[in-house]
Amino acid sequence: MKIAVCIKRVPDSETRVKIASDGTSLDEAGVKFILNPYDEFAVEEALRRKEKAGAGEVVVIALGSAAAQETIRTALAMGADRGTLLQSDRIPADGVEVAKALAAELKGAGFDLVLFGKMAIDDYNHQVGPMVAELLDLPCVTAVAHLEIEGGKGVAEREIEGGVEVVEFTLPAVLTADKGLNEPRYPALKGIMAAKKKPLELKPTALGPGALEILALTPPAERKEGKIVGEGAAAVPELVRLLREEAKVL
Amino acid sequence: MSHVLAVLEQRDGALRKVSHEVVTGARRLADALGGNVDALIVAAGPVRGADQLGRFGADKVITLSHAAFGMYAPEGYARAIVERVQSGGYGAVVFAASATGKDLAPRVAARLGRPLAQDVTDVAVEGGAVTVIRPVYAGKALAKLKVAGTPALVSLRPNVFTPVERPKAGTQETAAAAGPAGRVVVKAIKAAEAGTLDVAEASIVVSGGRGLKEPANFKVLEELAAAFAGRAAVGASRAVVDAGWRPHADQVGQTGKTVSPTLYVAVGISGAIQHLAGMRTSKVIVAINKDKDAPIFKVADYGIVGDLFEVVPKLTEEIKKAHG
Repeated sequence: MKIAVCIKRVPDSETRVKIASDGTSLDEAGVKFILNPYDEFAVEEALRRKEKAGAGEVVVIALGSAAAQETIRTALAMGADRGTLLQSDRIPADGVEVAKALAAELKGAGFDLVLFGKMAIDDYNHQVGPMVAELLDLPCVTAVAHLEIEGGKGVAEREIEGGVEVVEFTLPAVLTADKGLNEPRYPALKGIMAAKKKPLELKPTALGPGALEILALTPPAERKEGKIVGEGAAAVPELVRLLREEAKVL
Repeated sequence: MSHVLAVLEQRDGALRKVSHEVVTGARRLADALGGNVDALIVAAGPVRGADQLGRFGADKVITLSHAAFGMYAPEGYARAIVERVQSGGYGAVVFAASATGKDLAPRVAARLGRPLAQDVTDVAVEGGAVTVIRPVYAGKALAKLKVAGTPALVSLRPNVFTPVERPKAGTQETAAAAGPAGRVVVKAIKAAEAGTLDVAEASIVVSGGRGLKEPANFKVLEELAAAFAGRAAVGASRAVVDAGWRPHADQVGQTGKTVSPTLYVAVGISGAIQHLAGMRTSKVIVAINKDKDAPIFKVADYGIVGDLFEVVPKLTEEIKKAHG
């Protein structure tokens, strides 16, 4: 089974966000970067599918600056076979442009599965996977939390409001991974050493400007300082009064 | 003058609540663009609630029917919507950033070759262009974006665009959709327990964390939620979901759901940054925690310091009284 996993280098979820002097981007000084957590589920799933099939190849593809090589190495250390970096110092806000570059790389390469995380935890765009599927005219299921594949067919489950959707699809397909799909492995020391020798190809990539412009990045409005109503059960009647009369939510 | 297409959602032949929010957001854009709101429903036949959409500002309601469109059919829906967008000369297309909307909108965007602003919390028109606000970096920053050209595609974060009554004609129109349903087929929906609300859609969310001590103790939260007479859902922190106490569907936070209820009650949750990411846009936040220094008190409007096993049952009793 030949599987591609599209991954992204993102700031760690514990990062304190500082806005750069241009007012439209993140100040990256001192920020720790990681493999996008949802992409970890995708990498893990690819490895398990290949292991189960007993043969195949897992290729990780990232789009980003030279620093994203480190992110690719993380996926290689988990067990992926080789990596490709579509190198671009600028990632446009318009997900269609990102999808076009990835689709051009994936087109005609004969992948049975193309996996993504359901979203990246930096821009929350939640769109590149299904866009790539549309551009390649492949079936796609997003936010997959459970997956079974048998022959050329698959059944995926995805959470929707108030339930779980059971979705059938045919291969080749594009899937995006949600939390719950699996438990990603930690790279072992042996894997980390092996990853250093695995092939990693750099491809300079020119992306279109796209039609979405970031005008400003601002900190969210601070929540107004709250108040401690009191201690213990004795404070409950006063809380209920405040919710009813001051906050007017009851 | 430029019209706005509102793409609505139905399940089991009934319009979903979030659809009123979508019409409200679409109306706001249409007023600014000087155009009409066309509300689009993709379904297998007539949908309950379609006749109410005029109240929220729909000039026209179009029901597109196809025998295979009773359940969500991603490829068929996308094709039908794209055809409508291309025939209508729309300035903007508005979706819900629901589980379905977040799947459907990118497909439509890719087919149209147009950008998508997903999960926005505000929309406006400035100098003739659609602008949006989107939380990024787990809500630690807000991005303001401008869409160049038309149509602008946006999906609205649920529970943020409060439905506003803006009576318009709401003329009903039906059309048949043609073509295959697609290669991706929703076979079934395994429904959650009857009567349980989804945390992303409930107007009140009562969430529990490690302070609950063990899974069985979530009963005290379920009782509190029940006291709100069908308006509340029970949520959970990542710690208790990772521990297997609660299902992932209930998780609020960066790797769970983002919620914006009217009232969020955090019980025994310390308030890690990744949890705050999922609930900081709630209108009113109440925290109940025994540690007076817990970070959750920094974002809470009202806090009670104390033993949740004493405070929560008392709160349940008082809420019942208030509803009685």
